[in-house]
Amino acid sequence: MPKWFMPAAVICGIMFALSPVLIARAPYESTMGLVQKIFYYHMPAAGMFLVAAVVCGIASVRYLFGGSPRQDRLAWAAAELVVLFGAIALVTGPLWARKAWGVWWQWDVRLTSSLMGWMVAVAYLLVRKYGGPGSDKLAAGLALFGMANVPFIYISVNYWRTIHPTTNVVPTLPTSMGVPFWFCFTAFVLLFVLLLRLRVRLEEQRSRLDVLYLSLDE
Amino acid sequence: MNAFVRIVWLVVRKDLTVEVRSREVIYTTVFFAVTVVLVFAFALVREGRALGDAAAGILWIAIAFAGTLALGRTFERERQAETLRALLLAPADRPAIYVGKLVGIVVLLVATELVLVPLIAFLFQAPLFSQPLWLTAVLLTGTLGYCAVGTLFAAMLVRARSRDVLLPVLLYPITIPVIIAGVRGTAALLEPTPDVAIIRFWVSLLVAFDTVFVTLALWTFEPLMTD
Amino acid sequence: MTIDFEELTVQNVSRHFGRRKALAGISFVARAGGILGLLGPNGAGKSTLLALLATLLQPSAGTIRYGKLAVVGDAGRSDESKGGAALRARIGMLGHDLYLYPELTARENLTFFAALYGAHDAAGAADDALARARLSERGDDPVSSFSRGMRQRVALERALIHSPRLLLLDEPFTGLDEASVGALIVRLRELRDTGAIVILATHDLDVVDGLFDEAVFIRDGRMIETMERPEALRATYRSVMARGRA
Repeated sequence: MPKWFMPAAVICGIMFALSPVLIARAPYESTMGLVQKIFYYHMPAAGMFLVAAVVCGIASVRYLFGGSPRQDRLAWAAAELVVLFGAIALVTGPLWARKAWGVWWQWDVRLTSSLMGWMVAVAYLLVRKYGGPGSDKLAAGLALFGMANVPFIYISVNYWRTIHPTTNVVPTLPTSMGVPFWFCFTAFVLLFVLLLRLRVRLEEQRSRLDVLYLSLDE
Repeated sequence: MNAFVRIVWLVVRKDLTVEVRSREVIYTTVFFAVTVVLVFAFALVREGRALGDAAAGILWIAIAFAGTLALGRTFERERQAETLRALLLAPADRPAIYVGKLVGIVVLLVATELVLVPLIAFLFQAPLFSQPLWLTAVLLTGTLGYCAVGTLFAAMLVRARSRDVLLPVLLYPITIPVIIAGVRGTAALLEPTPDVAIIRFWVSLLVAFDTVFVTLALWTFEPLMTD
Repeated sequence: MTIDFEELTVQNVSRHFGRRKALAGISFVARAGGILGLLGPNGAGKSTLLALLATLLQPSAGTIRYGKLAVVGDAGRSDESKGGAALRARIGMLGHDLYLYPELTARENLTFFAALYGAHDAAGAADDALARARLSERGDDPVSSFSRGMRQRVALERALIHSPRLLLLDEPFTGLDEASVGALIVRLRELRDTGAIVILATHDLDVVDGLFDEAVFIRDGRMIETMERPEALRATYRSVMARGRA
């Protein structure tokens, strides 16, 4: 493991341990009260979900056209994080929405697109697990197509909704809750990087093991 | 360019000849599509009328499901005598083979739609034929988009395990925009006074989708098929 | 761009799938006007090696040289720049599964593949191929109605319809009766005499006795031995395989 890993992991752990304190101390938002505080976890999780998706997409393209196994490992690790952080966002979101606005789910652009992106990531993992030989290229192709799909999903869902207009219940969120927000955000970024590194390393070890196996019967 | 078109035509003609001889895929696909329509009819029809835009929705669901079936069967056939391997062994341009198979599948699905559309118009009293040109545009662009992605994925999955289950798992999330555009475009057609601007919007979106994804498929077919 | 080559050189080629080593350290040279046999038990890696030679797979390590054109092992990289389509035009393969469309007639199969390989007169080429396979009267029957031997003959002519320099055969004698076996051997000798490179994988030893100009013995992905003009093939095979156990 690289030198920075353990210290970073410790810091990350401490930050997450401290975060409830900071969140409890943060000022109440005027209309939503206590419930709004889930935002401090929800928003960074959603942010990392997007970052992971971009990482997965780019790594997949590079793997498909360059063939470097490192890119393949990165893409797979990133896909798992898309599913993880996406799940966090997709669970905390409705929890918040239910208490704040009375509905579990809205078919608005952002939510629907996120759900679709999450499903493509789940499909990616299913392919990697059950696809058999050659599933690495297959999954990379899927990631590429998923990425290319983003504008189309956005436009089609957006216009799908305008036929039946509803109030957009996901507001543009104020970042006036400065300190606790950035604290949690940093903690999540750190968590993302740590998990990514850990997961990529797992695959690196696996492939090193493969090489060892192969050289065994020389 | 000439060689490309020649290969496409060869593959299409071969696929259609094989299909005409056995008629297996066309019969089973059409029958399956009709069954889907009936199942959804029972699910969604109340007091003799379909709910809301159900007719448009059922049409595209049937197309999507039938498409998955047709894709699976067509490539399963190529797997049997390993003829896909023979196609890849030939010095023919690989993207041309992709386009050839794509055209074949589109023809198959269009033939299915020729049965589905009257059936749905009949069962749900849906005035699908009020705007025949727009209906054709929506159906063609939508089918092409769906099959463009589907042919690529099905070809990739030929060597994979669990290929029957994985094809829908991969295909449906990516073709959501096609389904949305197809359903909303068809539903707009069914309005008593169809809003042409809306239909045109959805058709344009489908055209854009088709362009992007056919290009992507041509670009990635070679790296995805080589080992 | 047309390519031709007189020699196929395999240098220290290996291929692995994950942690399974399918082939390791395979080296041999096959020359024009010769028949080379790949001999070994089931699962030895013969089919994988043939797929590598047909450019359907990339080697994980080592080099395959078609004359001066080299395909270097580099897993995950597509090799269009190194000959690609032009190289495939000089290779013909008869796989274990025959690569024929059962719903099409023999003539249609041959015409399709002839056209696919760029023949100017595909129909004429198909007729010639049918004649060589001695199946002209059955040309318009669907392949599904043929016996294994007849299908084999059509498949062989299909593999040869573009006059390839390199012919690869994977277990071609499976399911053939004695007459068909004899006919196939005659055909292979004819091809050798016209200067083709013929590489044949089989575990059917009695039938191919005296056929090979060179034999490569493979077991568990490893090359045990190469031999020129092996005699008394079954006995030789047994002794080589026993030796390889060391």
